[in-house]
Amino acid sequence: MKAHLTRQAPVAWGLVLATILLGWFGRDLAKALDARWLVKVPSSWDIPFNTYISAAMAWLMEEAAVGPVSFTDATRAIAWLIEQPYELALNLLARGFLFDPGPEPQVLLPAASWIAVTAAVIALGHYCRSWGLAALVGACFAYLAVFGQWDSAMITLASVLIAVPIGAGGGLLAGIWAYRHPLGERILSPILDLMQTIPIFAYLVPILFMFGFGPVSALVATIIYATPPMIRITIMALKAVDPEILDFGRMAGTTRRQLMWRVLVPSASQSLMVGVNQVIMLTLNMVIIASMIGAGGLGFDVLAALRRLDIGAGFEAGIAIVVLAIAVDRLSQAFAERMGQVHHTTPGSWAARNKRTVLVLCLLAVTWVLGRFSPLLLDYPQSQTITTGAFWNDTVKYLNVNYFDAFEAVKVFFLQWFLLPIKKTLLGIPWPWAIAMLTLLGWRAGGWKLAALCGAMSALIAVSGLWAKAMVTVYLCGASVILATLIGVPLGVLAALNRRAGIAINLLIDTLQTLPSFVYLIPVVMLFRVGDFTAMIAIVLYALAPAVRYAAHGVRSVSSELIEAGLVSGCTKWQLLRLVRLPMALPEILLGINQTIMLALSMLVITALVGTRDLGQEVYIALTKADTGRGLVAGLAIAFIAIIADRLINAGARGARIRFGLES
Amino acid sequence: MIHNTKLSCRNVWKLYGANAQEFLSSNPAPSGDDIRQAGIIGAVRDASIDIAEGEIFIIMGLSGSGKSTLVRCLSRLIEPTGGQVLFDGVDLLTASEQELIEIRRHKMGMVFQHFALLPHLTVLQNVMFPLTVQAAPKAEAEEKAREVVDLVGLKGREDYYPRELSGGQQQRVGIARSLVTEPDLWFLDEPFSALDPLIRREMQDEFMRLQARLHKTIVFITHDFEEAVRLADRIAIMKDGEIIQVATPEELVLNPATDYVAEFTRHIPRSKVLTVGGIMTPGTQAEGMPVPATARVSEVAEQIIAADAPRPVCDANGRTVGSIGRTAVARVLFGAGEAA
Repeated sequence: MKAHLTRQAPVAWGLVLATILLGWFGRDLAKALDARWLVKVPSSWDIPFNTYISAAMAWLMEEAAVGPVSFTDATRAIAWLIEQPYELALNLLARGFLFDPGPEPQVLLPAASWIAVTAAVIALGHYCRSWGLAALVGACFAYLAVFGQWDSAMITLASVLIAVPIGAGGGLLAGIWAYRHPLGERILSPILDLMQTIPIFAYLVPILFMFGFGPVSALVATIIYATPPMIRITIMALKAVDPEILDFGRMAGTTRRQLMWRVLVPSASQSLMVGVNQVIMLTLNMVIIASMIGAGGLGFDVLAALRRLDIGAGFEAGIAIVVLAIAVDRLSQAFAERMGQVHHTTPGSWAARNKRTVLVLCLLAVTWVLGRFSPLLLDYPQSQTITTGAFWNDTVKYLNVNYFDAFEAVKVFFLQWFLLPIKKTLLGIPWPWAIAMLTLLGWRAGGWKLAALCGAMSALIAVSGLWAKAMVTVYLCGASVILATLIGVPLGVLAALNRRAGIAINLLIDTLQTLPSFVYLIPVVMLFRVGDFTAMIAIVLYALAPAVRYAAHGVRSVSSELIEAGLVSGCTKWQLLRLVRLPMALPEILLGINQTIMLALSMLVITALVGTRDLGQEVYIALTKADTGRGLVAGLAIAFIAIIADRLINAGARGARIRFGLES
Repeated sequence: MIHNTKLSCRNVWKLYGANAQEFLSSNPAPSGDDIRQAGIIGAVRDASIDIAEGEIFIIMGLSGSGKSTLVRCLSRLIEPTGGQVLFDGVDLLTASEQELIEIRRHKMGMVFQHFALLPHLTVLQNVMFPLTVQAAPKAEAEEKAREVVDLVGLKGREDYYPRELSGGQQQRVGIARSLVTEPDLWFLDEPFSALDPLIRREMQDEFMRLQARLHKTIVFITHDFEEAVRLADRIAIMKDGEIIQVATPEELVLNPATDYVAEFTRHIPRSKVLTVGGIMTPGTQAEGMPVPATARVSEVAEQIIAADAPRPVCDANGRTVGSIGRTAVARVLFGAGEAA
């Protein structure tokens, strides 16, 4: 094996070197040979996929029909179904019930008072767990009121209240279907795979096309984004139920329905709640992106602030999303826990048994009635809000005034010595060579199937006319991933080896992960202005977490016997790390890098906002122009890059595991 | 003793692998080699047993011997590849889903190795569960559940959750739950294997006490030969999916069918298995206090050895049928090691 490897090493290094040289001199070579097609795919070879898709979409919207029901009718019906509960929640929380046949809408009943809503979440917190939780969620909502984010937060909350039950319930039903019918799983699993790799933006465009600009579109996009993990977790959780419990259920003489809903689902409820929690977190992740197609609320505030480069306002709205996320997350977890406990029903009338509900309803009624006389009871007074916007703005201004040169020096250094060389190399590689190399790599890593996949997908990107933009994407993503790996893996190793450092690093990573991705962009843009460097920093911050987590997990889970074997062989600490821990953790580290690449690609579209020239920008432009074909083609190109990277790295990780005897 | 056969199976096969069904129908009695060559795994091979009403029938085998698969074929939790399972003379394998649900609701109960309690329900709710799915009136169901909880000695713990109970207590809940529908046929799948040795012993005693009151027809799975000998009326020994021998504990010890069976019986103290009737000298001449023929040797060994002359042995009706002396008892007590 060893000899086999050493014989191949020179060939591999030779190919890498050839690729780099071609990258540097590819352009000159093409010029010398008078073969421009080597570096640029001739436009006559392009297959106009985007036109096909746009035409298909137009047909779908205008002509497609099953009998008398046209496709448009179906989308309208779906929109109507989603709209009804959403309108109700929105009216109750934010807008107030209007009476509006006339030109000047009359407010029939104003939105629920901030006092009543805060009281309701406090009561819910107390009902679900304790006064401690009640205080936490109460403080979160009070924060929203005091910092002037209340109205936007309620709009966001209304959409969360609609998206989460639909996502969780729909995911549960789809998961159950796939569990019952093997065919269902075979249909769903590739769809779920693809949905996780296509950037959200790509399917925003067709949704926009089908449902129009507005909150319903935003809700549909959110639900599509948030449901897949619930489906996966449902299938997994049901399969993980102890087979004895399944046998018991059947022996007790349950019908199919009873077996599912009384035995399997309750037994799997703990795992299922993890899925619900995922749905909630993803829904809140989507808040900002959904505002691009018509969701209002906090997400819209962040987006607007980003466009104005108003760091203070953007940061405040971003923090408000986090605060809302914390409150909803804790409440849902406590609620799930409570569902798993016994409740002795106390005797008495309905009112006596539901004191909290009665109290909240009374408060709601009282604030509505008294609110007619004192608006303070309905809306938190504007004059009493606190804003930290000025503070953030001043901080950034101070940094810019005093440390401008330092920031500039860092930026120029990275651009000159890191980003630009990579960019030049990647863009210079002749595309036929790149496709050949990818195919070869696929063949070495995973046999002819993987080779065919890599070759076909990269060729498709080439003929779709997006090769240059795809290379910029690879460059930006690759540079960010290299940096994230260089920072993240050592941090992860440190976290695994040192308990105190581990706690601190975990805290940092948790914070980075809860902040909505857009929030990173604002301060970075303020300090470094728009451009590739800014995009890279935002991507690194966003994609760091898995590199750290997987490295830490990999190093921690090296078997203690191996460590002891190393110790008694007389390894120093450093040797132990280099010779035992790191090699054994390599497969995990590779999987972490894989996740980092996926996150980097999904962040890429967002960084298009700060002026990158890659596929992300292509998708973003398509979104603003509502060009379905263009958006989908660019989105699929990103998905192809993601799939190639994913399959190659997974095959590599599997190879490493086999070599270490961790897998056969 | 004439008993009705409660449950019997005829030539039951369970084969795993591609086209196992076609394989069996083309070759109704394949040998082990046939099966192996077809790339099929024979989990249960040609099993035929008859279980009498009120009998404790134990299926004994090591892990992978197919005993769990066989009991799941008997309850049709697993669909056998071929054969017949007759319950009260009706073939379970041809029953419709609805009929099967009815049979399971009213006539079968099952206890599981790892208890299989529903984690989200209390003790009482767990025990009530089989009645709940039948939509029995709630008050009635609760009363019945309280009765069986009391029967297994868990009174006062009705509102506990399974995770708050010890292993032994959890299995008591499992037993109570399997009895709440008053089934005729009681399956126990290694019910005490997951328990500590001391608790296991206690639960075995408890099980015998319950059976003395309830007289169920019992199919009991275990991998513990000592447990089997202690509890069984009859034992079926399984190996590689085949039933090697079906016999009473005494017959197994005295006449093991194969070396494999003999290997199991070798380490069992024979005095605890053999009855006085099995080793007595027939005849009617002995004097003194009679010992019953059904008594295990270990129970009466001390008084026989202490006596000066052989003691008479009497049958169930009190008639003297033989005699037993020191030598016979001593041979059982001390010869066990080298025997078999």
